[in-house]
Amino acid sequence: MTTTNDSSPTGDGSQVDGSQGDRSLPVLQHSSRRTAVKGAFATLGAAAFVAAVSPLRQAAKQTTAAEFMQTHYKRLTDEDKRQVIERLEAEVKQEHGVDVDIADDRPIPGTKFVYAINLSVCNGNGKCVEACHKENNHDRATNQSYIRVLEMPKGTMDMEHGNTTYSGVVPKDDKFYLPVQCQQCDEPPCVDVCPVKATWKEEDGIVVVDYNWCIGCRYCEAACPYHARRFNWKQAEVPADEINPDQSYLSNRLRPVGVVEKCTYCLHRTRRGKLPACLEACPTGARVFGNILDPDSNIRWILENKRVYILKEELGTKPAFFYYFD
Amino acid sequence: MKRIASLVSAAVVVTAALMVLLCLDDTTLRDHSHTGRDAVTQSVVSASSESNPDTPSAPEQASSVPSRHAVLIRRPEGPPLIELAAADPQGRSGKVACSTCHSVRKPNFQTRSAAALDEFHQGLTFNHGTLTCYACHNPDHSDALRLADGSKVEYRDVMTLCSQCHAAQATSFQHGAHGGMNGFWDLSRGPQRKNNCIDCHDPHEPRFPKMVVGFKPRDRFSEAGKEHDDHE
Repeated sequence: MTTTNDSSPTGDGSQVDGSQGDRSLPVLQHSSRRTAVKGAFATLGAAAFVAAVSPLRQAAKQTTAAEFMQTHYKRLTDEDKRQVIERLEAEVKQEHGVDVDIADDRPIPGTKFVYAINLSVCNGNGKCVEACHKENNHDRATNQSYIRVLEMPKGTMDMEHGNTTYSGVVPKDDKFYLPVQCQQCDEPPCVDVCPVKATWKEEDGIVVVDYNWCIGCRYCEAACPYHARRFNWKQAEVPADEINPDQSYLSNRLRPVGVVEKCTYCLHRTRRGKLPACLEACPTGARVFGNILDPDSNIRWILENKRVYILKEELGTKPAFFYYFD
Repeated sequence: MKRIASLVSAAVVVTAALMVLLCLDDTTLRDHSHTGRDAVTQSVVSASSESNPDTPSAPEQASSVPSRHAVLIRRPEGPPLIELAAADPQGRSGKVACSTCHSVRKPNFQTRSAAALDEFHQGLTFNHGTLTCYACHNPDHSDALRLADGSKVEYRDVMTLCSQCHAAQATSFQHGAHGGMNGFWDLSRGPQRKNNCIDCHDPHEPRFPKMVVGFKPRDRFSEAGKEHDDHE
């Protein structure tokens, strides 16, 4: 307006200025505090709208419509599950070119799984860590695994004194070795804190995660006193020929990025009667697995006849995971 | 000022309504999930109470039909064969049984290690208490072993021999607390395989060998001092 004013001949400058101002900015003509406030809040509203919509836009980029509409595992009917599993298998086929078999293994009635490790025998060689890594389709670059073996000074069960970075020849004379994985607690703090109930404890005692319902808030990871949960910072990279095709929906299927995962006692094996992968890999025979409800089981004999410890007993988490000495 | 106040409140209401509308789909899902969860839990409870009468019948079936699989313990193939270091006068080389030499040699009951021998068994490490060779090896049947009472026991039954002294380990082994296993925990679904004593313990030097750690997770807990760069 000022430029027009300057370039226009003097005399009718004020008239031109007034008439042009009326035409180009009619809103400001009757500008009052009220319209200003209205405008400000309209802008605010629009901004809030955009902000509120942006997660949906992000979600739309990363997920298919079917995946987005999928409901909680416990609400899926058998037909829903069939479709979901079919979709997941097709996705793996498309992305990795591998035929995988994703089952929906349910608890065996009358079982409650319990694990025990003989700390007199465990020598910290880490074969269990490796077996878990391969069995559960973990990221190859990070050597991810659900098991962490702590090298502990003798005379304490305090995990804070443990060291996971030991290497070389084991066992060292003044150390013992404490493998830690999910303890499948009977009072699991990780389940309590989940805001969307994406993790829960099943009838056979296994704490599972619905990877498609998890929102990745990582509350459970912080709540677990055993550091047993892992977050998928990135998509796990597994060479196609190394993908374990024996999978289960709640267990070792390839997990999406941004969700939490954990040890499931290899439910894709144990719910079919087989032993967990970490146990089979143990060269020292330190690991024992079984059904605590079976009075004749190995695990019952150990609990009744050996010196048995649990980790962080004072927290009241009631682990289904025991450590014993000969 | 009153007008401004009412305007502000109106705008807040409108914004809130907008957000509610936007999230409507999601919210309804969540609400359903909570009620749905309760319903599922109830159905699970009712299902388990319904299946209770069935549960005791399952072991009965298992007992009536002998469908329990075996626990298979690996056994040594037989008496050991010794690889000959040199060829015989006829130029032959190969494996020979213990009895090839020992059937014509007089046993020395005092021998405790290979160091005391002037030929054969040289370099054999022996670190198994203060046992003599013939505490376990059989002087009368050199292709077999002998128990403490002098009776003969075959190499395939070596666990009987070990269990004489290592009774605690033998008991633990019977209950799966020693020696490990493979296969099935549920014997109604498949068999279980176990090692025998000498699969893991060299009878002449039974201490479990030292191992080298081969596989380490490279997560942020085990990268001492290194800044973790996997955060995005």
